[in-house]
Amino acid sequence: MIELKDLSRRFQVGEQLVKALDAVDLAIGDGEYVSIMGPSGSGKSTLLNIIGLLDRPTSGEYLLDGRGTTSLDDDELAHVRARKIGFIFQSFHLVPRLTAFENVELPMVLAGTAPAERRRRADAMLASLNLTDRAEHRPDQLSGGQRQRVAIARAMVMEPTVLLADEPTGNLDHVSGADVLAALEGLNSRGITLLVVTHDDEVAARARRHVRMRDGRIVADGSSPGQPP
Amino acid sequence: MRFGDLLHLATESLVRARLRSIMMRLAMAIGVAAVVVLTSLGEGARRYVTGEFQALGTELLIVLPGRSETTGVQPGMFAGETPRDLTLDDARSLLRIPGVARIAPLVIGSVPVAAGELTREVPVVGSNSDFLAVRNLSMAQGSFLPPGELDRDLAVCVLGSKVRSELFPRGPAVGATVRIGDRRFRVIGVLADTGRAIGFDLQELVIIPVSSAQQLFNTQSLFRIMIQATSREAMPRVREAVRAMLKERHQGEEDVTVITQDAVLATFNRIFTALTLTLAGIASISLAVAGILIMNVMLVAVSQRTAEVGLMKALGARGRQITAIFLTEAVLLSIVGALGGLVIGFVADAIVSRFYPTLPLGPPPWAVVLAVLIAVASGVVFGLLPARRAARLDPVVALAGRR
Repeated sequence: MIELKDLSRRFQVGEQLVKALDAVDLAIGDGEYVSIMGPSGSGKSTLLNIIGLLDRPTSGEYLLDGRGTTSLDDDELAHVRARKIGFIFQSFHLVPRLTAFENVELPMVLAGTAPAERRRRADAMLASLNLTDRAEHRPDQLSGGQRQRVAIARAMVMEPTVLLADEPTGNLDHVSGADVLAALEGLNSRGITLLVVTHDDEVAARARRHVRMRDGRIVADGSSPGQPP
Repeated sequence: MRFGDLLHLATESLVRARLRSIMMRLAMAIGVAAVVVLTSLGEGARRYVTGEFQALGTELLIVLPGRSETTGVQPGMFAGETPRDLTLDDARSLLRIPGVARIAPLVIGSVPVAAGELTREVPVVGSNSDFLAVRNLSMAQGSFLPPGELDRDLAVCVLGSKVRSELFPRGPAVGATVRIGDRRFRVIGVLADTGRAIGFDLQELVIIPVSSAQQLFNTQSLFRIMIQATSREAMPRVREAVRAMLKERHQGEEDVTVITQDAVLATFNRIFTALTLTLAGIASISLAVAGILIMNVMLVAVSQRTAEVGLMKALGARGRQITAIFLTEAVLLSIVGALGGLVIGFVADAIVSRFYPTLPLGPPPWAVVLAVLIAVASGVVFGLLPARRAARLDPVVALAGRR
């Protein structure tokens, strides 16, 4: 359960105060599938970063599963992030030196999970995304679609409740993009809350709920395909 | 995060970033190698000099004219009085001191030595039969100066091996006649090749009886008197007795210096240890430079891997873990570099030893340990700043820096 109450995020850019998020109220229930659309600079990435606990709001309240997050320190935020939130990025962000398997293993390495347990979980995760035969390949030996699926496996291996995808198909061709979306939707159907930030109407249309942003505000929020107001 | 995983992550990134890590390892290796080689040279020089002195025998006392201590103004200094000469009588008197085994008076000069058409300018030493034992020499052919009274000016001489081969390239030397200055001497022996000494090369030497040398050089004074004590324990006593005896003979004036091998040895030890320390200090500078290079390269690594740091944070890494990852890399690099430096240093040592076999090279253990410790420490110190910088990166900004 994600609850944002009167949440603002302001940046100081030179002499100008930029309102990336301006008094946003938003509630997303467990297991929802939400698309977030809007022009560049509308604040959708900032929204995603704040939900993902990578950024802090300037004012307002953010409750994750009923608990306030604004008073947590950096280490506590890292801990919550590791266990509740998975990230998918447009540019995959795989560590180039590490194999697919090692990339998937990385969150568990950081969490200090025992090696045997890591192997079991990473293998299962790769298998569920049809990547078993790619486990020992490095990112530069994988196709774009495969890379993004490795990234999904990595995001899911700690069994988070929320999956945040920032333009997950932005660097992919149509077929691989569809693959990746299918994988994400498969996870959503098993109860993961899925938030997808995208420019692509086609991608956004697949979500069940559509949030549209402009100038740091939510201008539309509905369960039908979003229309410009 | 487990320590094994930390090491694995660090090695992984070092293996992948080959050029970067090779450069850093090289810098560290050169630093450590410099310490090893330079201290080894200093230590080698010390051991060489020590060895030379010990070859002379440790029961040796040397009397030289004039006081070398510089405590205050000596009487007679302003009167223009030179120190009294050491004479053959002085030398003879020393034999009466208990604890003195042998004495060898010494007169040294350089004159042309000729055999037939061949002439060489070599140092000519005037001494007595005990010189052989005092200086630990041995004969290759013939016999040394015959024992007898110090003032017997026999016209005989002993040649160093090199002088022999130069003056008598063919045919036997023993029994032949050489001309030293304007006098003729019969060759009665040739020194063996063994025996080294500070000051002059025994192979390039002609030895004649001391009184013959005094006539040749037209002098009454001695250059040195070498005294061999019966034992090491007797040396302090002998030293005092020699001083007292010569003071008495020189009308109460203490105008000679008595030095012992031990004292000279201790002095040289101090000098060369200081030299080694200085060299170690100079070499340490290159270690510090290597440390700064590590910092630079790690800073570049951090900025190259900004996105990765952002990702790690997104995956739930705490700041301390990021610091640990980068610090481990820096320290691993310096350890590998230091070990490489040890190898380079010892190989260089071995090569130098091959060209200068007489120099007993070998770095002192403390220098080796210190070099490695400083290398690792500089990895920690200079790795810390980049690692902290990485840990402080804002994950949002870091992730936006796309690669």
